[in-house]
Amino acid sequence: MSARTDSAPHFPAEPDYLRIEGISKRFDDALAVDNVTLGVRRREIFALLGSSGCGKSTLLRMIAGLERPTAGRIVLDGEDLAEVPAFRRPTNMMFQSYALFPHMSVAGNVAFGLRQERPRLTRAQIDARVAEMLELVQLQRYAARKPHELSGGQQQRVALARSLAKEPKLLLLDEPLAALDKKIRQHTQLELVSLIRRVGVTCILVTHDQEEAMTMASRIGVMSEGVLLQVGTPDEIYEHPSCRFTAEFIGETNLFHGRLEGGRLNGSDFPAPLAIAAEAMPAPGTEVWLSVRPERVVLGRQPPAAVNGNVPINAAQGEVDEIAYLGSHSVYHLRLGGGGRRMIASVPSAHWGEASAPARGERVWAWWLAPDGVVLTR
Amino acid sequence: MSAEPAAPAPAPPRRPFFLLRGRFWVACLPWAWLLLFFLLPFVLIVNVSLSTPDLAVPPYVSPFSQPQAEGQPALPPAFNPDLGSYRRLGDEVADLARPGAELQYLRAFGNSLLLAALTTLCCLLVGYPFAWHIARSAEGTRNTLLMLVMLPFWTSFLLRVYAWMGLLDSSESGLINQALLALGVIDAPLQLLYNSGAVLVGMVYSYLPFMVLPLYANLVKLDMRLLEAARDLGARPWTAFVSITLPLSWRGIVAGSMMVFIPAVGEFVIPDLLGGGGVLMIGRRIWDDFGPNQDWPMAAAVAVVMVLLLIVPIMVFHRHGDRGDGASEAGP
Repeated sequence: MSARTDSAPHFPAEPDYLRIEGISKRFDDALAVDNVTLGVRRREIFALLGSSGCGKSTLLRMIAGLERPTAGRIVLDGEDLAEVPAFRRPTNMMFQSYALFPHMSVAGNVAFGLRQERPRLTRAQIDARVAEMLELVQLQRYAARKPHELSGGQQQRVALARSLAKEPKLLLLDEPLAALDKKIRQHTQLELVSLIRRVGVTCILVTHDQEEAMTMASRIGVMSEGVLLQVGTPDEIYEHPSCRFTAEFIGETNLFHGRLEGGRLNGSDFPAPLAIAAEAMPAPGTEVWLSVRPERVVLGRQPPAAVNGNVPINAAQGEVDEIAYLGSHSVYHLRLGGGGRRMIASVPSAHWGEASAPARGERVWAWWLAPDGVVLTR
Repeated sequence: MSAEPAAPAPAPPRRPFFLLRGRFWVACLPWAWLLLFFLLPFVLIVNVSLSTPDLAVPPYVSPFSQPQAEGQPALPPAFNPDLGSYRRLGDEVADLARPGAELQYLRAFGNSLLLAALTTLCCLLVGYPFAWHIARSAEGTRNTLLMLVMLPFWTSFLLRVYAWMGLLDSSESGLINQALLALGVIDAPLQLLYNSGAVLVGMVYSYLPFMVLPLYANLVKLDMRLLEAARDLGARPWTAFVSITLPLSWRGIVAGSMMVFIPAVGEFVIPDLLGGGGVLMIGRRIWDDFGPNQDWPMAAAVAVVMVLLLIVPIMVFHRHGDRGDGASEAGP
């Protein structure tokens, strides 16, 4: 899990720059976007994260004006965009796989939007702005090339320059890096963030790649089946998922399912009732799920000693089924008790000290502190 | 230890030509086809065009034939082209400036080229929205729509032209006139048939599929996201069409226009039937010279000039066909 880069400072007092209010989109009989309400702040990089078909691209296209919402309002900087056609909206989109005009040069692509400005810009104004944008993405030398003569990374930068040329109020990025190799992608993520920060444009990013979302965005909205499930900073979303989908979609987790009785989770496939700690404990008898991140699980050859006196601990013995050694840490797949319940634990390599790490087939203890589990009710 | 020099690989034994690989034969087929059915007939036509008309069967004397008197030894082969037919065409060109000149061939050429150009233009204007609509339809309905475009081909060409004659008939029994009279739009039947409008309608109707199909094949490949990108960048629909769709479908436009223009130049059945034969077409001239006039060399010369007149613009088109297109080309 990559840590996010420094996030933009939040100014809770400032009203939302972009307000999406109860927006829905129905295609024939399928509800692609289901009553999404969302606020995005000025100069923020906001990521819409979800698997393909979750409605995140449709939401983006509605903001751009390329799709008409079935219901709801989109208000950008105080202006209701409902009746504003796409070509008049102060938003610009960088399309997935870029949609560069193949018959125009790099400079022609960047100039295209500027040529549509009314009142018209002079040729000198356009040329100056194109030069400025190409310098921003460091493609001055490629101005006369055609898109197909460029590498994937260069095409991506042309697309970015083209979508920034008109100084949009809102920059929309649709899977901006999906077309790049994994190696270039990681480098480009940070480059893109610093460039967007430098320009100071408010940005909505659509991606299915949680690492990309966490690296680039100051806040993330997790979507599934057209519904916006949770909005938060990357660490909020990772450490405090609000539902099973988020817990499982962002990173890996161990989920235990049971019923709340006497402050414990009963009936799960964990060998013992589970001690839990939640700020707002749901009513007894409620069906809940407990999410425990692998790195919160501790492994040891001995049963755990009590910590700080009274923090409850959940512990069970299990057999090591698989080990994935990843250098800095290893991921252990355990089979708990005698049953088929599996559990994963991510253990730092330094954890074992002088002793050798457990081998496959060895019986070990696995435990975690009750506050490290997150109680989910949906 | 030094590596042993690799022994030269023994050259594979040359196979006799009839055992060459299948690829060779596949490549051969189009060449053989062109040679047999285009180049050879064309050479024969050129040969006829350089012959002298004669009252014989066939009605010309080949430029390779030698007069041979009875009992004389055969003369060595020689080539004596008769340029008379071309000279007649040349004389007409020279006569262009002279008022009252007859110019029967040049006029026919001009009529044909003009009609073909008008037909191509109208086909393009009508066919482009056709092709666009089909290309933008749901994948399932595209084939049905294409089938509808091609459906008229299933009936005889002549039958369809006669059907138009029935529709446009200028008497009270013409279908359109009947309808207009019944509706009270007109009091007397309109002169719909036997004018240039009728010819153009018939031509456009007959050649439209040849425009629609290549345009469709091109437009269906157009990436719709390019238009969305143009829209997103502030282009109004018309600007997006002119600056994105039109240049990217240039090849389809060129292909469709050639598919219509070239056969349309030689067309004479439709002008004859719907135009009443009042306007002389070059196709009709060739027909007359080969048929009633029995002047094969002249007909052949006109045909040769026509082929050359068509090939030159096609080559120019092709040279510039790449203009405004980079999508389908690989990078250098």
